[in-house]
Amino acid sequence: MTITEKILCQHTDLKEVHPGMLINAKVDIALGNDITAPIAIVEFKKAGGVRVFDRDKVVLVPDHFTPNKDINSAQQCKLIRKFAQEQKITHYYEVGEAGIEHALLPEQGVVLPGDLVIGADSHTCTYGALGAFATGVGSTDLAAAMLTGEVWFRVPETMKIVFHGKMKKWVSGKDLILHIIGLIGVDGARYMAMEFTGETVCNLGMADRLTIANMVIEAGAKNGIFIPDDITKSYVQERAKRPYTLYTSDSDAVYASTIDIDVSKIEPQVAFPHIPSNVRGISKVGDVKIDQVVIGSCTNGRIEDLRVAAGILKGRKVAPYIRLIIVPATQGIYKMALKEGLIEIFIDANAVVSTPTCGACLGGHMGVLAEGERAVSTTNRNFVGRMGHTGSEVYLAGPAVAAASAVLGRIAGPEEVLGNRN
Amino acid sequence: MMKFKGRVWKFGDNIDTDAIIPARYLTTSDPEALAAHCMEDADPEFVKKIRAGDIIVAGENFGCGSSREHAPIAIKAAGISCVVAKSFARIFYRNAFDIGLPIFESNDLWDKVSEGQEIEVDGDNGSIRILDGCTAPLQIQAIPPFMQELIKDGGLMKHLAKKGA
Repeated sequence: MTITEKILCQHTDLKEVHPGMLINAKVDIALGNDITAPIAIVEFKKAGGVRVFDRDKVVLVPDHFTPNKDINSAQQCKLIRKFAQEQKITHYYEVGEAGIEHALLPEQGVVLPGDLVIGADSHTCTYGALGAFATGVGSTDLAAAMLTGEVWFRVPETMKIVFHGKMKKWVSGKDLILHIIGLIGVDGARYMAMEFTGETVCNLGMADRLTIANMVIEAGAKNGIFIPDDITKSYVQERAKRPYTLYTSDSDAVYASTIDIDVSKIEPQVAFPHIPSNVRGISKVGDVKIDQVVIGSCTNGRIEDLRVAAGILKGRKVAPYIRLIIVPATQGIYKMALKEGLIEIFIDANAVVSTPTCGACLGGHMGVLAEGERAVSTTNRNFVGRMGHTGSEVYLAGPAVAAASAVLGRIAGPEEVLGNRN
Repeated sequence: MMKFKGRVWKFGDNIDTDAIIPARYLTTSDPEALAAHCMEDADPEFVKKIRAGDIIVAGENFGCGSSREHAPIAIKAAGISCVVAKSFARIFYRNAFDIGLPIFESNDLWDKVSEGQEIEVDGDNGSIRILDGCTAPLQIQAIPPFMQELIKDGGLMKHLAKKGA
């Protein structure tokens, strides 16, 4: 069996599972946020729910429109807060201890290798980086899981992605996943598991793995997954507060398809509007003037991303009339960035630094675009109207391209700012 | 009985959940409030043009993007009787059944039908008829009885509550 099949199997009474089987599985973590949890809570109560199946396993993170952007979002957060209090939810994160859910949960050791995680948020797939099975569901599935601790799945086929070679300078996990989405399309892995392996992965840090797993949904996948190794172990050892299991794929595991990628040929990538698969290498971007840059989100708001951005912004200024908005993904990351002097570099560069929130990524608040405006963003989606007006445009990229673009006021690679030095 | 008769509104491939219900309206989960903005970023006039029972016909990967259940809720509350697409994104597919919006996969319908034409979708025997008097019925997968029951009850949670009662 593949690692995905093994984890699913381990959460049922079955001895073996194979693709296409419908199974009922026990969940280790069921997650909701301020947009999706309110519906789940109402449905939970309507169905006669009194207590959640396990107060340690239901996780609630108000992170999308927080700090509350208007009265309606305040009402939604209030509903979650009240529910968390009455249910004595262990992992409820109030705004001052919170962060963007998919950065927060791995950081806090709430999700661990071998877990089966569902979340009413499509980027729940992020946790596959740890060697967990994690997938996004809707509010109703979350409500049913909060009630029963179980959820049904169709066991997915697995697509194996093998990365070979050494990554070029300035190429990150974001560039690898954008490249793959460009290659297979936004439904190229629809319903499937994407398993990432190959010699390049052995040297790939956890931040890059989290970014890659985060965006498998943009290829339509059910989950993305990495086999846990020493890098995984050293990441979770200091965070885990309960036992966890490291799974691996068997040598005779069956894959629906295999894609080999020579990463040494990949340059920093940019996804043009209005679909994440509309990907070009930075050398083929041309002259695209911009109005705003966002560095943050569950995709690229980790300390490693902020360090890359700071390395480019240090001693430089954001171009005139350009807004650079930087959003550390959690309070922990914010504090680290403060200690390392990154926040000072950002402010000196005329960037604005926000508290952790998903706001800008989905056009909620903290950086909404006007008609005709263009943004370079380290987020994950560039659909029509995603970050604001339907006449605005979003270009997706990694933190290096985003920071360089802010300095030059047009989409640019870091080498244009720093020169071709290593 | 799971039959739907209505006029067709056509959309292309990869209609995402931000187009179905933009995130700026997600400060509520009230179905009527969401319905007022259904499909707004794909067609701003959509809710003004449709009448109860109309059918959305779309291309590949309908409902891709976020997991927001507000998307099928908005479509259902707007009065759309069902959605027929070449394929659906995975989370949307689950969410639609979970909230009681019938959806069907058909590879052929999109190319054969024009916007505004009337069609009849039969979820019992698995067929779609274009009511133009000349196109042969198209085969689709019928909705199995347990799923029909779930849809009629108004979705998974109402169905569970009814079964538990």
